[in-house]
Amino acid sequence: MYNFTFHRPTTVRQAAGLLSRNPEAKLLAGGHSLLPVMKLRLAQPSALIDLSQVEGIVGVELKGRSISIGAMTRHADVANSPVLKEAMPGLAAVPGSIGDPQVRNRGTIGGSIANNDPNADYPAACLGLGATIITNKRRIAADDFFTGMFSTALEEGEIIVRISFPIAKKAGYEKFKHPASGFALVGVFASKRGSDIRVAVTGAGSNGVFRVPTFEEALKKRFSPKSLEGLTIPAAGMNSDIHATPEYRAHLVGVLARRAVAKAVG
Amino acid sequence: MSSTATGIGAPVRRKEDFRFITGHGQYTDDVVRPGETKAVFVRSPHAHAKIKNIDVSAAKKMPGVVDILTGAQLATDKIGNLICGWMIHSKDGTPMKMSAHPALAASKVNCVGDAVAVVIAETTAQGKDAAEKVIVDYEVLKAVIDPAKAQAKDAPQIHADIPNNTIYQWHLGDAKAVAAAFAAAKHVTKIDLVNNRLSPNAMEPRAALAEYDEGTDNLTLWNTSQNPHVARLVIAAFVGMAPEHKLRVIAPDVGGGFGSKIFIYPEEVVCLWAARKVKRPVKWTSDRSEAFLTDAHGRDHVTHAELALDANGKILALRAKTIANLGAYMSTFSSSVPTYLYATLLSGQYNIPSIYCEVDAVYTNTAPVDAYRGAGRPEATFVIERLVEVSARQLGLDPVDLRRRNFITAFPHQTPVIMAYDAGDYNASLKKALEIADVKGFGKRKREAARHGKLRGIGYSTYIEACGIAPSQAVGSLGAGVGLWESAEVRVNPTGSVEVLTGCHAHGQGHETTFAQLVSERLGIPFENVSIVHGDTDKVQFGMGTYGSRSGAVGMSAIVKALDKIEAKAKKVAAYVLEAAEGDIEFKDGKFTVAGTDKSAAWGDVALNAYIAHKFVGADLEPGLKETSFYDPTNFTFPAGCHICEVEVDIETGKTEIVNWTAVDDFGTIINPMIVEGQVHGGIAQGVGQAMMEGVVYSAEGQLVSGSFMDYTMPRAHDLPSFHVGLTETKSPSNPLGIKGCGEAGAIASPAAVINAITDAIGSEDLAMPATANAVWSALQRATPRQAA
Repeated sequence: MYNFTFHRPTTVRQAAGLLSRNPEAKLLAGGHSLLPVMKLRLAQPSALIDLSQVEGIVGVELKGRSISIGAMTRHADVANSPVLKEAMPGLAAVPGSIGDPQVRNRGTIGGSIANNDPNADYPAACLGLGATIITNKRRIAADDFFTGMFSTALEEGEIIVRISFPIAKKAGYEKFKHPASGFALVGVFASKRGSDIRVAVTGAGSNGVFRVPTFEEALKKRFSPKSLEGLTIPAAGMNSDIHATPEYRAHLVGVLARRAVAKAVG
Repeated sequence: MSSTATGIGAPVRRKEDFRFITGHGQYTDDVVRPGETKAVFVRSPHAHAKIKNIDVSAAKKMPGVVDILTGAQLATDKIGNLICGWMIHSKDGTPMKMSAHPALAASKVNCVGDAVAVVIAETTAQGKDAAEKVIVDYEVLKAVIDPAKAQAKDAPQIHADIPNNTIYQWHLGDAKAVAAAFAAAKHVTKIDLVNNRLSPNAMEPRAALAEYDEGTDNLTLWNTSQNPHVARLVIAAFVGMAPEHKLRVIAPDVGGGFGSKIFIYPEEVVCLWAARKVKRPVKWTSDRSEAFLTDAHGRDHVTHAELALDANGKILALRAKTIANLGAYMSTFSSSVPTYLYATLLSGQYNIPSIYCEVDAVYTNTAPVDAYRGAGRPEATFVIERLVEVSARQLGLDPVDLRRRNFITAFPHQTPVIMAYDAGDYNASLKKALEIADVKGFGKRKREAARHGKLRGIGYSTYIEACGIAPSQAVGSLGAGVGLWESAEVRVNPTGSVEVLTGCHAHGQGHETTFAQLVSERLGIPFENVSIVHGDTDKVQFGMGTYGSRSGAVGMSAIVKALDKIEAKAKKVAAYVLEAAEGDIEFKDGKFTVAGTDKSAAWGDVALNAYIAHKFVGADLEPGLKETSFYDPTNFTFPAGCHICEVEVDIETGKTEIVNWTAVDDFGTIINPMIVEGQVHGGIAQGVGQAMMEGVVYSAEGQLVSGSFMDYTMPRAHDLPSFHVGLTETKSPSNPLGIKGCGEAGAIASPAAVINAITDAIGSEDLAMPATANAVWSALQRATPRQAA
């Protein structure tokens, strides 16, 4: 690990100020992705701005027909939130599937979304529910937020403060765990909120999380696993690595989408 | 059965665990010496390259740098090369071709991670900063990674003195007899196998701490070794670092080895050399990334094998051709693993009249490959157990029945590949395993699974291994550079407590417990009054260390011999104490008695009298009670058994779950059944890891793709079912306790059981290890594309 300056602001405003004054700084929001690459000397931020003491960006709340989750809410706290489990258990299952207890007790939703790891679970949930990412500057629709592998619409000096998930009556997440890392080798989030039907896939695409319009179209006729039978997506554009071929990932998208829908309809 | 609560056969809790689980273990990295510096290695990022220049000038100016040393200086100081200590001769009679292995590469690097320089710094962080400033000018060369391609005419030449990258072309057995048997066979089964390359991943990474004492000219090395005396011998006699009596090697608590800590590595040599140069202690502790790159890997065979059978399913002959990848350099015992530890076990538990095996060992631009839990025997078991299973399927026979028809039932049994099995009952372990696994109910379970979209399969592995390594004369005749006996010294203190010094080394096996159980049983003294000393060449007489499931069979036999001498001497002392004839003294349950009288002396009285020497004169009996023995076994031991694996495959995803595991093993005499069961569990987990998860992957350019736990899949508790473990017992006639050894059995037996089960489930033999979900799904696609789509 290289040397860096450590900051621990207590307000979003302070954090944003520090970020704009230190263009090479990184926000620390759990650190389970950032700290390992720093230890391996693959990242060299000039400063770390620790968000753990920032006020007002922690907690799960029911706000009308939405669930609002503060950016610094730990995965374990989202997974165990009674409010969320009551309102939308399909979303609570997502953080419950991340990593191991150590990761779930440190990692945060804001950190995960800002990092946009192509194998992370939360991006599928955000896209699969049409969430809104609320920053210190603006509101960004999930459809516009995830712009590619490890890449987001966040601009310099912009900090995620909370994520708002519209409550879908039917929502389910099915994940095929990467055998070594426990990330999603492929993960599919499916939801139905009125006429808005979404199927979002993480882990599979070489450009990060994506929606599957053909599946969504098929599900409009009837939101049932049966509607997806025989449907697959092309292997082109799928990730290829030592753990899975593009063909296998494409195949899993079909299988997991059916299982996610089955979970959603309970 | 045990005669005492802490004797042989008692499930005594491990003495060492309190220390380990409360954080009081003393590992190499925990040892801190005054003025200690840290070593950071500069490693090659290329798999194959010439070193044109190394510029350390900028790096030397970095804060905290004590010195920076390179391979050129190592050569100037005449530090010798690392060696492989087992000579193998090719079939044409020529000796194996071993190229130079310097501890720091001076002119050429041959794998990613090859060390070219070392930074000695005040702190590791400063050392890393400086290492980044060492400028190495490389001329990158084409690399060869795949052992099957290493011998090709156009393959890159790795070592200038080794044509075709071929170390040896060895064979064993009677080629003519095998050819004749195949010509006459009714059925021939042919298979192609890859035994996947594994990373050992001991929990404690390798480490070395070297200290030079200018006053005495003595060197001390603390290191993560399974065999400190062998390390001292090689570093003294071959590397030429210091004479043996001026070098002390201490292997303190060691956190797992699995074979990978048998070998003598460049880093410990460099730390010793550097400590003498900078005149300060030098410590290196591997990080996990370095461990993946530089710990000797295991397995990595490419094999074609054939089995000839007659019309009744009797095996007539076996032949195999294997290419073994030994990596960029020949590690300490690498040459023996794919030869005498492999082909000699190809007979399995079966009566096979003739066997012929050819093995080509090759260099590639990858990390060195050497012994890893099982070492050669898992590879042999995988070949024979896959051949037998596939043969049964091709012949339409029950695989259990085919095994029974071919089992060896009379002992001793001389196989056509050197080994003479001395005892066993293969039908007994099979029968017990079939009962525990409820094989009769499998059909019902399979139908039930099918109702849930799952394919259920069952696979057997009736394995054998050669352990208790090893009779010295036998291994000497096969090329070993050392004898493989073991030593023990038993010191009885004046108060009757006992210290046992053993040449074995514990790095997870629990010797402090099991060896004490033996002493407790033999001397009738409390288990707590026995301590086991190991791992320090200044304390312990010469010893060969721990590997090859040898510590019980060989190490404890040495203790038995020393205890025999102790008992004989103590009886002489007791005769004086009890004023009786020596021939009338009896010793039982810690008490000396005079036959036919009620006179007795307690163990402690006799021990005290041996030291105060008031009751006898020195001319008649030497004072003291301390004896040493060196025990050389008369044969290998042959643990064997039957493992049965049941799996369920998710048809849609290929994800395979092990739903049932039965292991029935014959380990001969059991000292501590709890520890034995733990060894079986751990071995199975490692074997399942090889079969379904683990695999070292290099890119075509020689970059290590599986270089972290994010990409190298280790088996986890939730990947495994609760094991059903049973035992049968035939005692080994080759050592006084009848022990066979249990450390490797699980890892040897299990890969074949897993693959036999999955191939049974999916109805296709076309499946390589590791059988990941993707691999199983792809095999299903190839076999029945419509069903799996």
